[in-house]
Amino acid sequence: MAELVLLGDEAVALGAVDAGLSAAYAYPGTPSTEIVEYLVAHATRHGGPPAHWCTNEKTAYEAALGASFVGRRTLVAMKHVGLNVAADPFMNSALVSIHGGLVVAVADDPGMHSSQNEQDSRFYADFARIACFEPSTQQEAYDLTREAFDLSERFRIPVMIRLVTRLAHARSIVRTQPPRLQNAVTHPPRDASWILLPANARRQWSALLDRQDALRAYTQAHAVNRLDLRGGEPLGVITAGVARNYFLENAGELGALPHHLHVGAYPLPVEALRTLASHATRILVLEDGYPLIERQLRGLLPTTTQILGRESGDVVREGELTPDNVRAALGLPDRQGLAVVGVVPPPRPPQLCQGCPHGDSYRAIKDALRTIGDAIVTSDIGCYTLGALPPYSQIESCVCMGASIGMAKGASDAGFRPAVAVIGDSTFLHSGLSALMDAASANTDMTVLILDNETVGMTGGQPTILPSSRLQALVLGLGIDPDHVHVLDAHPRHAPTNADTLRREIEHRGLSVVIMVRECIETAKVHKAAARAVVGAGS
Amino acid sequence: MTFDIVLAGVGGQGVLSVAAVIASAAMDQGLEVKQAEVHGMAQRGGAVQASLRLADHPIASDMIANATASLVLSMEPLESLRYLGLLKTDGAVISAMTPLRNIVDYPPLDDILDTIRRVPTHLLIDADALARGAGAVRATNMVMVGAASRLLPIAPAAIERCIATRFAPKGQAVVDLNLTAYRAGRTAVSA
Repeated sequence: MAELVLLGDEAVALGAVDAGLSAAYAYPGTPSTEIVEYLVAHATRHGGPPAHWCTNEKTAYEAALGASFVGRRTLVAMKHVGLNVAADPFMNSALVSIHGGLVVAVADDPGMHSSQNEQDSRFYADFARIACFEPSTQQEAYDLTREAFDLSERFRIPVMIRLVTRLAHARSIVRTQPPRLQNAVTHPPRDASWILLPANARRQWSALLDRQDALRAYTQAHAVNRLDLRGGEPLGVITAGVARNYFLENAGELGALPHHLHVGAYPLPVEALRTLASHATRILVLEDGYPLIERQLRGLLPTTTQILGRESGDVVREGELTPDNVRAALGLPDRQGLAVVGVVPPPRPPQLCQGCPHGDSYRAIKDALRTIGDAIVTSDIGCYTLGALPPYSQIESCVCMGASIGMAKGASDAGFRPAVAVIGDSTFLHSGLSALMDAASANTDMTVLILDNETVGMTGGQPTILPSSRLQALVLGLGIDPDHVHVLDAHPRHAPTNADTLRREIEHRGLSVVIMVRECIETAKVHKAAARAVVGAGS
Repeated sequence: MTFDIVLAGVGGQGVLSVAAVIASAAMDQGLEVKQAEVHGMAQRGGAVQASLRLADHPIASDMIANATASLVLSMEPLESLRYLGLLKTDGAVISAMTPLRNIVDYPPLDDILDTIRRVPTHLLIDADALARGAGAVRATNMVMVGAASRLLPIAPAAIERCIATRFAPKGQAVVDLNLTAYRAGRTAVSA
C-alpha cells in the first residue's frame, strides 16, 4: 500500500492501472485531461500500459471497445460534452456483452468553468441502462474506478465514473492497494453478442433489461450508498457525489442531524430511498448537476412526501453546488465574515497570451475584412475562442467542436456572404474535417481559416493527432482547388501580406482554405527549454 | 484546528507551485490537506485561485466556505480583493504589491492598497524587489510563501525541505534561487 497525493483525475487513472488496465484512450478536455496525462506519464516511466490521445472522443471510445472486445481492461476518458461526440458508440456499447472491463470516465463541469454547458452525464448512464459510480473523494475515485472494472466484467456492461470539476481538480491523499495483473488477450466469445444486427440487438437489449434487477441489487447493497437513520426527524437529506462534502461541512450546525442517504452508485438504491421516505416527510436532494435523483423520486415515493431540490427551486437551480449554497438549502444563516468596504475588483477574464500567434491571425482577419464590409465569422472551441473578447471582438459563434465550418456552410447556403469559419488545428482534426468535406463536395462559397499552432493549446499543450505538416495535404486531398488553399506563416512580420491573401480568398466566390501556422508560444517555450537541457546534458 | 488558505493571482504567476509547496509541507507535518485548483481556460492570463485547506482532522469539502478562511495569499494586489468575502473576521491578507495591469479598467493602485489596509491583519510585500534581490523575478511566488510562513501552522524547515524537493529536478541553482527567495520573504515580515 502506498500513500500518494493525487488529483481526482489522477486517482481515476491510478485506480485503472491498479485494476489491470491494458490501454487508455482520450481526447483532452477540461476537467478530464489529467486522467490520460497521468497515464501517458505513467507509461513513460513504467513502460506501460499504453495511453493514447485520439482524434476525438468517438474514436477514443471505439478503440476502447476494441480492447474490451479482445478481453483486455480499458479506460476511455472525456469531458461531459465529449460524451455527446462519443454518444453513438457509448449507447450501443451497453448492448454488446462487454468482454474485458470497459470503464468510461466522464468529468462534468457544473458551473461551466471551462465549458459551453453544464450537462450531467449521470443522465447518459441512466439512458444507456448501465452502472455509474459517482465518487465524492479522491480515495473513492481510486477505489470505485478499480471496482468499476470488476463490475463491468461481472455484468458485461460499460461502467461510468462520473466526476465533477471540483473533485477532478482537487488533490488529497489516496491510499492504494496492490495492483492486479492485466487480462490475457483472448478471442471474444463466439456468441454473436457484438453483432448488433436487429435480431441480435433485440436479444441483447432484452438481456440488458433482464440484468437491471441484479444491477439494482448490487448498488442497493453497495457500501457507498449509505443510509443513516436518526430518531424522529421529519427531514431526510440525500446527497450524491461531492454534495456530501458540502453537507458534512454544514451538518454540525444543524440542531438535530437529519436522516441521510448518500448515493455514490447508480442505478439508484430504490429500497434505501423508500426506507428513507418512510422515516421522513420532507426530503432534500443535494446533487451537483441536473436534478436526476429528484426527478426519479417523484415517481418512486408517495405524493405525501415533500421533495425539495433543484427542480423545485429549494436548491439553487444552476451552477455548481458549494458549501454556501448547500448551507442555504439546509436553512442555515449566512456566516458573517470580514466586511471590507473599498475597491470592488473588476473581472479579469482569460485572454490570449502575450505574443500568441492567434492574436496576429485575428489582426490579419480584422485587416482583411476592413474593406469587405459585413461578414460573419463563425468560430470554435479552443484558446482562439478568446477572439470573441476585446481587443479582438472578431468571432460571432462558439457552439461545439467543429461547428464553425458547418455553420459557415449553412449561412453561405442560406445566402449570406461572405462567410468565414475560424477553427484551430486540433479542433479541425477532431470534427472540422467532416464538415469541410460537405463544403468541398458543394464548393461552398466560404473561407475556412485554420489557426495552426501545432498543439492542443487550451488543455495544456498535448500533441495534435497529426503533425501540422500533413494538414495541407489533407485539405488538398478533399479535392479543394489548390489555387485557393494557402499555408501562411502567422508571424507578425508577414501581417500585411497575410491580410492581402485572406482578403483575396474571402472575396473569391467558392471554397477557400487558409492555414495560418505558428507554434503556440507556451509549447515553444517548453520545446526550447528541452532543447537547452539536451545541449546542457551533452556538454 | 483548521487553516484554510485562498491562493490568488493571475494565470502564469505560479499560484499552483505555491499551493504544492505549502500542501506538501503541511503533509510532512502530519496535517490533513485538500487542495483545489483551477485548470483550463482560466489559466490564460485571467484570475486564478487555488484553495488549500489544512486541518488536524479529516476535511470534507474541497472548497472553502464564505467567512471561514484564515488567509488570503495573493501574488497580485487586485486579485487579493476578489476573495476577501471568504475571510473570517480575524483572517489575514498577505499580498504582493506589484500590480499586473492586463485589463483596461484596472483601478488606481493606491485605492487597491488602501482597501487591503482595511483588513485588520494585512501584509503588503514588495515581492518583485525581494525576488530580484534573490536572483530572479520568477521566484516572486516563493517570496510570498516565505512571507506567509509566519502565519502558517507549519515548521519553516518543512517548507524549505519541500521547496528543495519541488525544484530539485531543475538543478541546484534553481533550488538555491527559490530557497533564497523564500528566506527573503520570511525575513521581510519579521523586520
